[in-house]
Amino acid sequence: MSEHILAALKENVIQGRKTQDDEGIDEDLSGTPGVLELTQTALEQNIAPEAIITQGLTAGMQVVGEKFSSKEYFIPDMLASAEAVGAAMDILKPHLEASNVETKGKFAIATVKGDIHDIGKNIVTILLKGAGYEVEDLGVDVPTAKIVEYVKEKHPDYLGLSALLTTTMVTMGEVIEALKENSVRDRVKVLIGGAAVSDEYAREIGADAYCVDGFGAIEVLDGFQGARA
Amino acid sequence: MPREGILVHNPYERMTEGQVSQIHQASMDILSDPGLICFNRAAAEIFDGKGAKVTSVSPSDRPAWLVGIPEKLVLDALDNAPKTVKLGARNPDNTLIMHGEEPRVYFISGSETNIWLDVDFPAYVKKSDPSVEIRVPEFHPRRGTVADLCQSAHVCEHLDTLDGYIRTVNIQDKDITEDNKDVNKFFASLNNTTKHVMSGLTSLKQLDNVVNMARLIVGGEEELKENPIISFITCLVKSPLQFVDDTTDSFIEICRRGLPVVVSSSPQAGATAPIKEAGIMAQINAEVLAGITLSQLVNPGTPVLYGSVPVRARLDTLGDSYGAVETSQYNIDCVQMARFYRIPNYSTSGVCDTKTPGTQSSIERLFSDILVALSGPQYLHCAYGLLDCNSVFCLLQAVIDDAHFQMIKFFLKQPRVDETEIADALKQIREVVATPQKLYISHIRRVMRTGELSKPYPFEGDGETDSVFQLAYERMQELLAKPVEHIDEPTTRKIFQEIPGILPRLNVYEERRLQ
Repeated sequence: MSEHILAALKENVIQGRKTQDDEGIDEDLSGTPGVLELTQTALEQNIAPEAIITQGLTAGMQVVGEKFSSKEYFIPDMLASAEAVGAAMDILKPHLEASNVETKGKFAIATVKGDIHDIGKNIVTILLKGAGYEVEDLGVDVPTAKIVEYVKEKHPDYLGLSALLTTTMVTMGEVIEALKENSVRDRVKVLIGGAAVSDEYAREIGADAYCVDGFGAIEVLDGFQGARA
Repeated sequence: MPREGILVHNPYERMTEGQVSQIHQASMDILSDPGLICFNRAAAEIFDGKGAKVTSVSPSDRPAWLVGIPEKLVLDALDNAPKTVKLGARNPDNTLIMHGEEPRVYFISGSETNIWLDVDFPAYVKKSDPSVEIRVPEFHPRRGTVADLCQSAHVCEHLDTLDGYIRTVNIQDKDITEDNKDVNKFFASLNNTTKHVMSGLTSLKQLDNVVNMARLIVGGEEELKENPIISFITCLVKSPLQFVDDTTDSFIEICRRGLPVVVSSSPQAGATAPIKEAGIMAQINAEVLAGITLSQLVNPGTPVLYGSVPVRARLDTLGDSYGAVETSQYNIDCVQMARFYRIPNYSTSGVCDTKTPGTQSSIERLFSDILVALSGPQYLHCAYGLLDCNSVFCLLQAVIDDAHFQMIKFFLKQPRVDETEIADALKQIREVVATPQKLYISHIRRVMRTGELSKPYPFEGDGETDSVFQLAYERMQELLAKPVEHIDEPTTRKIFQEIPGILPRLNVYEERRLQ
């Protein structure tokens, strides 16, 4: 029975169906349980959260990644699957904490002060949640002091800063300086992204990495994970 | 089911109704005064017998008559000419149905060029850094052959956007003569595409052989009338205002057989027509109407297309300039005139002045392709693969053009705005605005796989290099590797038995046996 549920979970991740109302890709699957319902059922049947993640969610995302690489899937497919996985992770979070299972890391993300653009930030949020990271979205036009305060209080492992404009990208450097001034810079890896910035700019302002897009962010974070292991 | 083509929602028109009437009236005036000089006796006699004012022109080095065509004769002919023309095909699913009033566009190859352009990709090594090697396309012109024509028809068969086939290359093999060129070009084309085949006629003596070949393929005379898998294009009027002797002979005979025929005129503004828009329009319209009138006098009900290939003169050489902006203006005006008469239109776009594929070629052809297509001609000779005006054909360019036409056809789709769409949109907007991320991305998925979204440019390379030629070349090789539905073996045998002059090497079944 558990194998059946986990297989269905994997398949629904591949189909990018968060809830029973979603259609999926291959055929209209509306009305059949989606990732959220299946995750709930799996917990009710006492399937271990680790198994739900590895044999259902991650296994499904692996197939999605392969389909994306072969150009069978496009970003909307990837995002739908990641969103479904992210939502399932929210349900699993208390169970993981209860079993002392750690997530891949805590990631805070913000569009810096003066900038209200958030498409990129939102996509990164969805993809990282889908990749198993715990993500806190601080929003847009976020004052530097608020970001620093968050880092001091919540101790995220990673901080993502986003800016679209050449006029607001300089604020990223100011955030890094403020983290230093508050003696929390070495507590958090800072990643930057957005149309105006580059690898070179990341080095210039002392960020730990530049991420070209959401997939780049996953790569960078997984790289940090590997280094940590 | 015929091919769909693409129905243009609100066709682009340059002229007002009043201007159309003025051009029409000017053409009527031209047809009666000065009329046309006719170098063809039969045509002069036909016009004479039907009430035109025909007088012998003298002195002249050859027999010639001045034919003044009264307005009533023209208007009667326009009444008689079919307003719907069907062009059949070996595969009935490739049939083209053209209504003169309906701006449904079919995209067609052509025209006949002397030169075939081969391409290869030699490697070049960077002098300052020998580890860097790039491949650059090199184009090699040579005279076209019947094998090239087969290859071109083969690829055109597999180009999704291409609706019909006008032969692309003049076959100039050593064993091709004036006496066997027509049967070979029609057979090579028909045997390699199941789409409609249109061509000019080189020799009137070959007309019946060509028609009989088509009858054998479809099963008989009546079947050919029902499914005219071939049609002809004739330039019986040479600008300005002259009925050419031999082409007019061919035209009359084609009309007598009741097969579809394009009455085409190709004046050059500045040299063989007035340089200004009103002048060339009045003249080309008169020239085409003269041809249409003759067709209906010969055989009322002959299916004709209003054929327009107007072009502006280059001022540096006085050659044709298909890339000139005015050329598109003239063509669009002609589409409007044909629609005014409710006769299906054969129009021209995509012909470029440059000699090889590249930036200039893309700019010139896309400019006219988009604009002329927007005007809604029924039979758009949009010059897949054509370069250097009408001189060069390049298969690689034809494959690139197919990608252009995919974009144009997509663009011309009618907008979907109705109650269902609006209700769906409102529901979506309300849903998304209520979410924290406010992204519509999940709603893309529903339309991603239904064909409602345009496809990305198929020849986009990775990274920052331009790989269009290499990727298009790979596509061309893929298409050449695809099978073609040849004419079946028993029919092929019959054709080779009954139709003289077809080159034995075109018999694919015999060739396979010999291998």
